[in-house]
Amino acid sequence: MSAPGTWQFCIRLLRRQLLLAVRRPIEISNPLVFFAMVIALFPLGLGPALENLAGFAAGTLWIIALLSNLLTSDAVFRSDFEDGSLEQLLLSPQPLYLSVLAYIGAQWLMTGLLLALASPVFALMLNLSGEAVGTLVISLLLGTAILSLLGGIGAALTVGLKRGGMLISLLILPLYMPVLIFGSAAVQGAVSGIPAGPYLAILAAMLCLAIALAPLAIAAGLRISIDA
Amino acid sequence: MFVRRSAHCIIAVAMWPIFHKFGSPPWLYAISGAILRWMLPVTLILLIIGAVWGLMFSPADFRQGNSYRIMYIHVPAAVVALAGYYVMALAGAINLIWRMKMADVAMKAAAPVGAAFTFLALFSGAVWGKPTWGAWWVWDARVTSMLILLFLYLGVVALYEAFDNKEAAGKACAVLSLVGMVNIPIIYKSVDWWYSLHQPASIKLTGESTIDASMLYPLLLMIAAFYALFTCCLLLNMRVELLRRESRTHWVGSLAKRECTDVL
Repeated sequence: MSAPGTWQFCIRLLRRQLLLAVRRPIEISNPLVFFAMVIALFPLGLGPALENLAGFAAGTLWIIALLSNLLTSDAVFRSDFEDGSLEQLLLSPQPLYLSVLAYIGAQWLMTGLLLALASPVFALMLNLSGEAVGTLVISLLLGTAILSLLGGIGAALTVGLKRGGMLISLLILPLYMPVLIFGSAAVQGAVSGIPAGPYLAILAAMLCLAIALAPLAIAAGLRISIDA
Repeated sequence: MFVRRSAHCIIAVAMWPIFHKFGSPPWLYAISGAILRWMLPVTLILLIIGAVWGLMFSPADFRQGNSYRIMYIHVPAAVVALAGYYVMALAGAINLIWRMKMADVAMKAAAPVGAAFTFLALFSGAVWGKPTWGAWWVWDARVTSMLILLFLYLGVVALYEAFDNKEAAGKACAVLSLVGMVNIPIIYKSVDWWYSLHQPASIKLTGESTIDASMLYPLLLMIAAFYALFTCCLLLNMRVELLRRESRTHWVGSLAKRECTDVL
């Protein structure tokens, strides 16, 4: 049997990751349930007045998306690290850059994409104005992809550690902050009638940069974690 | 082509002994001791002259009065905090590329020192902010990005401590600090890109500085003093780390024996 080509390999890897995720539907719904629960915390903490909530909605939605992404990124490589398939991947002749992109792509499809698609419902619950919903979805689509790539760096560096959970948030939250600034500014801009295009363009530019560079850091991190 | 290759070889041959020496802990320990012997007094003298000049003899600001004098601590601390990140990331990169153990020692030693200078910059900024902006803390672009810098430093320290295998710890921290380097130009340029409360840079390498010479010279002296202070802290921290790592070797043993006989 001949070895599969690079693209074929990556698509197989992506399909494998998605299949693994679909076999455990509860893991897919967990971030969404988390999102909904944290949404419920804000009216309890800040008071249920709708105009208050609307003022905070843009930032709130973005922060919750960021946190639920943070919680899922810890697990991207963990099970494959524990059963040894990650080590096999590193030994295989396939370019690690693309394999890593397949891992992150699968993670994004299962968390970021679903969060972005579900976000209009949560936006309604927080009384976000209707004009901003489209911007929210687009900014989350772009932003969560960046977050997944950055989270992958933290996951790769901490995958070999027993107590990685808290550490990964300390490592990657500072890197998340620029994404949060532009993501919530885009939505806030749309709420107050300022064109959100420039902010979305900056987010897209950051995504391009992250796609180009983050897999290199993730690959280096995985090699270090496997060696350790 | 031949000329370039031979030039390359000459550089490699000339550099190799230096590289080789840098890989030797006793040599680094000795040379850092020799540097510190004159660097510590120089730092102290620079700090005293700069502080006395800046705090007592330079004129008061016509708008801020005497409160502006915090600048002589705040600006040097912030400058060195940023430069320290480059030192840490560069040392990490050298460790990743050439597997140089002493670069790993430098990176590990730079992280807490850089964090301390960042904290000093934030703290002195808060003290300065109270009389001029009317608040201890303002969520301004420069202030927030310096806070992120502090988190980056602390992240490196935390990651290093989490690994049991210290070789892997050094490499992982190197990758993290290189990734975090993306933030440094953002911090540096934040006052120009966003409209913010923090004033833009007054000292410019190219073009006219917007600060009077009577304030500029003591400030430059303090910046030099803080760079020297950073170097001293870094070297001292590196020496401690060297001793800790090499505690089972012969040279540390004989060093300890000599210290003991000196004391007795």
